[in-house]
Amino acid sequence: MGKKHSSDGAGHAEHPKWMQHHFDTPSQQFASSKMGMWLFLATEVLLFAGLFCAYAVYRANHMEMFVFGHQFLDVKWGAINTCVLLFSSLTAAWSVRAAQVGQKTLMIVLLFLTMCCGGGFMAIKYVEYSHKIHDGLLWGTQYKPTGHAAEVIHGEEAHAAGDLGGAHGRVDAGHTEAEQVAAIEAAHGAKAAGDAKAAGDAHTAGDAHAAGDGNATTAAPPAEAGAMHATELPADVLAIDAAERSATQPAAIGPRGLVPVAETDAAHAEAGGHHWEGPIPDNVHIFFGIYFGMTGLHGIHVLIGMIILGWLIYRALKNDFSPEYFTPVDLGVLYWHLVDLIWIFLFPLLYLIG
Amino acid sequence: MNVTDTSITPADLGGYASREAESENFLSYPKGILSWLVTLDHKRIGILYLICILTAFFIGGMFALLIRTELLTPGPTIVDADTYNQLFTLHGAIMIFLFIIPGIPAALGNFALPLMLGAKDVAFPRLNLTSWYLWLIGAAFTVFSLVNGGADTGWTFYTPYSTQTDGAIISITMGVFILGFSSILTGLNFLVTIHRLRPPGMTWFKMPLFLWAIYGTAIMQVLATPVIGITMLLLIVERTLGFGIFDPALGGDPVLFQHFFWFYSHPAVYIMILPALGIMSEIFSVFSRKHIFGYKFIAFSSIVLAILSFLVWGHHMFPSGQSQLANFVFSALTFTVSIPTAIKMFNWLATMYKGEIVLKTPMLYALSFMFLFGIGGLTGLFLGALAVDIHLHDTYFVVAHFHYVMFGGTVIAFLAGLHYWWPKVFGRMYNETLGRIGAAIIFVGFNMTFLSQFVMGSQGMPRRYYNYLDEYTIYHHISTGGSYLMAVGFFLIAGYLLHSLLKGKRAPANPWGGNTLEWHVPSPPPYYNFKEAPRVGDPYDFSEIHWDERIEGYVFRKAEGSA
Repeated sequence: MGKKHSSDGAGHAEHPKWMQHHFDTPSQQFASSKMGMWLFLATEVLLFAGLFCAYAVYRANHMEMFVFGHQFLDVKWGAINTCVLLFSSLTAAWSVRAAQVGQKTLMIVLLFLTMCCGGGFMAIKYVEYSHKIHDGLLWGTQYKPTGHAAEVIHGEEAHAAGDLGGAHGRVDAGHTEAEQVAAIEAAHGAKAAGDAKAAGDAHTAGDAHAAGDGNATTAAPPAEAGAMHATELPADVLAIDAAERSATQPAAIGPRGLVPVAETDAAHAEAGGHHWEGPIPDNVHIFFGIYFGMTGLHGIHVLIGMIILGWLIYRALKNDFSPEYFTPVDLGVLYWHLVDLIWIFLFPLLYLIG
Repeated sequence: MNVTDTSITPADLGGYASREAESENFLSYPKGILSWLVTLDHKRIGILYLICILTAFFIGGMFALLIRTELLTPGPTIVDADTYNQLFTLHGAIMIFLFIIPGIPAALGNFALPLMLGAKDVAFPRLNLTSWYLWLIGAAFTVFSLVNGGADTGWTFYTPYSTQTDGAIISITMGVFILGFSSILTGLNFLVTIHRLRPPGMTWFKMPLFLWAIYGTAIMQVLATPVIGITMLLLIVERTLGFGIFDPALGGDPVLFQHFFWFYSHPAVYIMILPALGIMSEIFSVFSRKHIFGYKFIAFSSIVLAILSFLVWGHHMFPSGQSQLANFVFSALTFTVSIPTAIKMFNWLATMYKGEIVLKTPMLYALSFMFLFGIGGLTGLFLGALAVDIHLHDTYFVVAHFHYVMFGGTVIAFLAGLHYWWPKVFGRMYNETLGRIGAAIIFVGFNMTFLSQFVMGSQGMPRRYYNYLDEYTIYHHISTGGSYLMAVGFFLIAGYLLHSLLKGKRAPANPWGGNTLEWHVPSPPPYYNFKEAPRVGDPYDFSEIHWDERIEGYVFRKAEGSA
């Protein structure tokens, strides 16, 4: 099969310099490159899939970590970043169009704008990360809430919630724990706690509005109704349909951290716009681990994308591209779209929970 | 290439037309070490890979001999327990990540794929070279862990032990991460090559079955390997930054690591075996002088295996505490794997039936493959059964099963392929008698080594143990003896293959009478593969291929020429 030569129309038999010898036609070369890029993007998706999978597993098993943790993320910055990346995808796609019709200057400007958007995204990410680092809201062993975040987590009004700091995130404040145990026992009518003393303990440990409630008999789970005291159930528990609550009841005897531990004993934190009612969940650092894992890997991809865009601008300035040959622009922009797309999933999954 | 006239030239017999033309063969053009290190020729990259993976195989094999020697007696024999743990970890990691995963696709596949397809090269030659350099870097990281304290986790790197143990876990996992990149680039390259670089006439169902197998392998390489990448990255941040996702002390889930690991590593064992099955499809047909039986079934069974590989990872984790339902589903799916595998086995049997079987070295390996892989596959059913697995889990039964599939399957097929394509790659014939003796020694040594492990495993000998009860001594003796016998066999093979490079008889273009396109070009092939796009026919039609005494090889000739 004879070589079909490029459409530069000059009639000379030499193939263009961008044409590789083992391809027969430019369109075969273009189709091969594009398919290779799509396959590469598939591997990128699967690389992130591991983290999405970890997200799904922990969120399914420990929804409360995510509900509690996400309130420390700044939706405003996240939304702005989403807009920045969406805009960058527009300029990126437009630059391919400009390459196709040979508008070199426009293509370079658009690629540059795209790169600036990437820079803006990283700048905002820097602001967000700085806040998290300042507040000690990090992963695993580094999770040491300080300052503002600590107020929310072990806030004055919520001293009963216990200390969540430190690697293990265990509730370890002595007397607080004792109160909690009493409250659990009372609330769930355990035999040992069925007497008035235990109920009283729970009462003192609980806060005012829980104690003020008076509609317990209908709300109590049928199995334990006999041992139940009216005053132990807080309003928000009562608001739940009785059948649904009874279905969740067995979790109360499960391990710590899964349990809606003693609603009466809940932390009510309200500081700087953060509002939290209910127990502080264990192991919130897992949420921040997943947050930093996903956004960190994504951030690395943004940086790589910016390098690719810079390289495209460099080659465009060297006049390497033409309406006949713009494969690198097309592929680089495909990569940029993937980076954008992953953020489109990350934003709602991390910032817009609950 | 078909010759009907009577004036025969060397070119008509499949060789180079002249001395001058012969200097165009890919081994000698262009010249110089540097031209090899920056080569973009898929055939040369295949040879670079071949040298590297054989080196890795040698190192891994030395570790295996040390392990077997240590296990010759209960208690300490030659090394202490910690060293022993490092030995089996590095044996596993080197054999799997450095030798057997790239073994057939990247070495033999790189050489054969474009030739069999009728293409001038793979789609992305520079990416191909990059993947070889990535292999070197990954290998350097892996070997660095050897001198930097070693790793003692086993090749599976299970958390939480791997996040706590002292030892060079980070460098070895980084090595695995980089080797994964290398594997992805190879797979990606092959997928695009098969899709986009087929010459006119090379339709999907005219492709040799080896290419179907490589295609299925490449799908798995591209889709599974990124998952081990992120898993290794998470393990590294777990160790360095205290990430907590896999650490139960931090509320993390170590079983999640096992899921991630096996989501890659089960497809990975199919990445190892599927190209081996492809080599078998070529050899059984060529050496039975008979058209392959059930072409489409074999072709599609490769794709089915690639798909099923993603659905059975949980059978490595039956006792891990995953749900009963998951166990049940994974067990059932595991049994379905036997269907595409059995399709291949029975089709090869049917291919041999009433064929003119030629017992040359590659065919001897193919026959021993059928026997050994048969045992390996059937014992897999034992392990896939939930109740039996509780008894056999983490015993030598698993070790024996794995080696029957991976060694008896893949390594034997690799040897078969190496002997099959050796004359094409280097243009030299090896000593056939020594080849047959080598195949026999490997077969006997292998069965001594691993059949005894089935017995001790079913009697409860746990895998990876340094010490054992006296009653297992006899099986360990047999096993160690077998491993020494295999070592003798491998040194014999290495000896006659190296000898053939220097003193071997010149190989004809088609020593075995194959009809896939690589046998239509001279041995070794010219650097440009094909001057013009080759004429594509049925790759398993042997009716126009005849033995020619003058060159001691086969030539392509229409029926009226001879016979």
